[in-house]
Amino acid sequence: MGKYIVRRILQMIPVVLGATFIIFAMVFALPGDPTAGKCGDRPCSPEYVAAFREEHNLNDPLPVQYGKYLGKFVQGDLGTNYYGIPVKEDLAKRYTITGRLALMAIVFEIVIGILAGVLAGVRKGRFIDNLVTVSTLFVISIPVFVIGVLLQYQFGIKWGLVPATVPSLEAPTSSLILPAFVLGSISIAYVARLTRTNLVENLRADYVRTAVAKGLTKRRAVGVHTLRNSLIPVVTYIGADFGGLLGGAIVTERIFNIQGVGGYIWKGINSRDGVAVVSTVTVLVIVYLLVNLLVDLLYGVLDPRISHE
Amino acid sequence: MSEPIAAGFSPGATDDVDEARSLSQDAWRSLRKSTMFWVSVGLIGVFVLMAIWPSLFTQTDPTFGDINNVRAKPNADAWFGTDTQGYDIFARTIYGARASIIVGLAASLTTLLLGGVIGVLAGFYGGWLDALFSRVTDIFYAIPLILGGILFMASFPNGANSNYFVVVGKVVLVLTVFGWTTIARLMRSSVLQVKPNEYVLAARALGASPWRIIKSHILPNALAPAIVVATINLGVFIVVEATLSFLGIGLTPPAISWGVAISDALVAVRTYPHILLFPSLFLSLAVLAFILLGDAVRDAFDPKSR
Repeated sequence: MGKYIVRRILQMIPVVLGATFIIFAMVFALPGDPTAGKCGDRPCSPEYVAAFREEHNLNDPLPVQYGKYLGKFVQGDLGTNYYGIPVKEDLAKRYTITGRLALMAIVFEIVIGILAGVLAGVRKGRFIDNLVTVSTLFVISIPVFVIGVLLQYQFGIKWGLVPATVPSLEAPTSSLILPAFVLGSISIAYVARLTRTNLVENLRADYVRTAVAKGLTKRRAVGVHTLRNSLIPVVTYIGADFGGLLGGAIVTERIFNIQGVGGYIWKGINSRDGVAVVSTVTVLVIVYLLVNLLVDLLYGVLDPRISHE
Repeated sequence: MSEPIAAGFSPGATDDVDEARSLSQDAWRSLRKSTMFWVSVGLIGVFVLMAIWPSLFTQTDPTFGDINNVRAKPNADAWFGTDTQGYDIFARTIYGARASIIVGLAASLTTLLLGGVIGVLAGFYGGWLDALFSRVTDIFYAIPLILGGILFMASFPNGANSNYFVVVGKVVLVLTVFGWTTIARLMRSSVLQVKPNEYVLAARALGASPWRIIKSHILPNALAPAIVVATINLGVFIVVEATLSFLGIGLTPPAISWGVAISDALVAVRTYPHILLFPSLFLSLAVLAFILLGDAVRDAFDPKSR
């Protein structure tokens, strides 16, 4: 087990290096001047521009800049953004709210998605099955920003049930319910469909027939025997989705005006703040890879046939 | 197969039941009977026709904005009403199909090609080539599609006078660069499943070249799952294009697209929801059609789901 984890972590290194280099190269190519508008109405003095470019290594060619950045990164220094604030400080603040948002979205995926999938799978071909299949198709085919804006209008403005925007970093959990639901909406639909498909397939398996034949209640045959086997692809999906959620937060956070990681990346891109963007994405990629490792370890718990020894 | 045997003693009638069919023939037989398949094909046909020949559906000029007549409710003249700029929404929606359909089709094809080639090579040759390709796949897989798209489009923005095909081509390029990995992984694993089969060994023993083995033995047996995912991805790519346009960096005006129209309509959603309704409806129908088609094809190729 330990050996497996170490090998996986070693394999992550080239992936992190490659992904950050791609991001770095794209940020490097961002057009525009980062010092534009930094000195009020006047153009910045040449001395200031020279000092700024020197401080942020902007005069070096791409590989050198990347090398210098990496050198700092491995020492745990995420650099300072163009406003002189350490990116680490900014991220620590913003990750708390985006992390809460993503976790709540995952809870929605697990609770609503799996429940709907199980209900549909157990009653295949009946009304509830058709309801779940059709409604998930609708959710998948509507772009998430349309769902977001419509729900925000309906619940936040027309009915006033929840706050329409969440500008504070210390927002109460209740105000994040709607954004988290919007963020997870498409994944909820995918999880429901995936659970249903796998459940229907496994319900025909011999071991389920055996379980029913030896007198187990349907609840037990489905809940213990079938569901556990059917959930493996679902767990994979949810794990892989975590990275997508953090990325998709850019759209959701813009709709609900949440000052999270997505908003930080968006702001960084628009103000040509290279270090901020690259560091945020790097942390995101690492979190994503670690979650996937965790998911692979979880397989062993769900399915004893899979072992990492 | 429960086909009734034709009455009479014609020997040919029973042959039909026992006829040996290839996987694709078998799939086509069950596809033909599926309502979902024909519904989705019909919808896709209409959208493709809209993309190729929009003037068949409307005579109104989509680039003519009547400033005296903005935000009109649907009426006899403008079936879907007019938008904030006084454009006829019906005409804009019809002409908008082109961008979405081109982006979806082109990105699906290029991801299928790129992901397919990398997946087949990695799965078939194995060894260091597999290790290299798998790591490259992991790298691109770790960057979320939307995030990569936003960064790329911000780094290479559209000018005010950019050529239509450059604008669309850029979106296709970014979807290809960050979207091929699922197909590559899928293709690699299906090639690994097909490779140990006896017929592949036999072909190799008979001295067939690697290219011939891939072309006539591996591909026909490993391609189905990738085609299914590419079809479903077509819908996903259309949505991602709309999302990038919503953020103001995907397709940009003067290009006419559903994403741009939805993005423009969102500011007025509280007062003039009809401006949002029609482009969203068409976009969702197009996405739905491709997902349904993918589902139908998957069911046809997968005997377990019958």
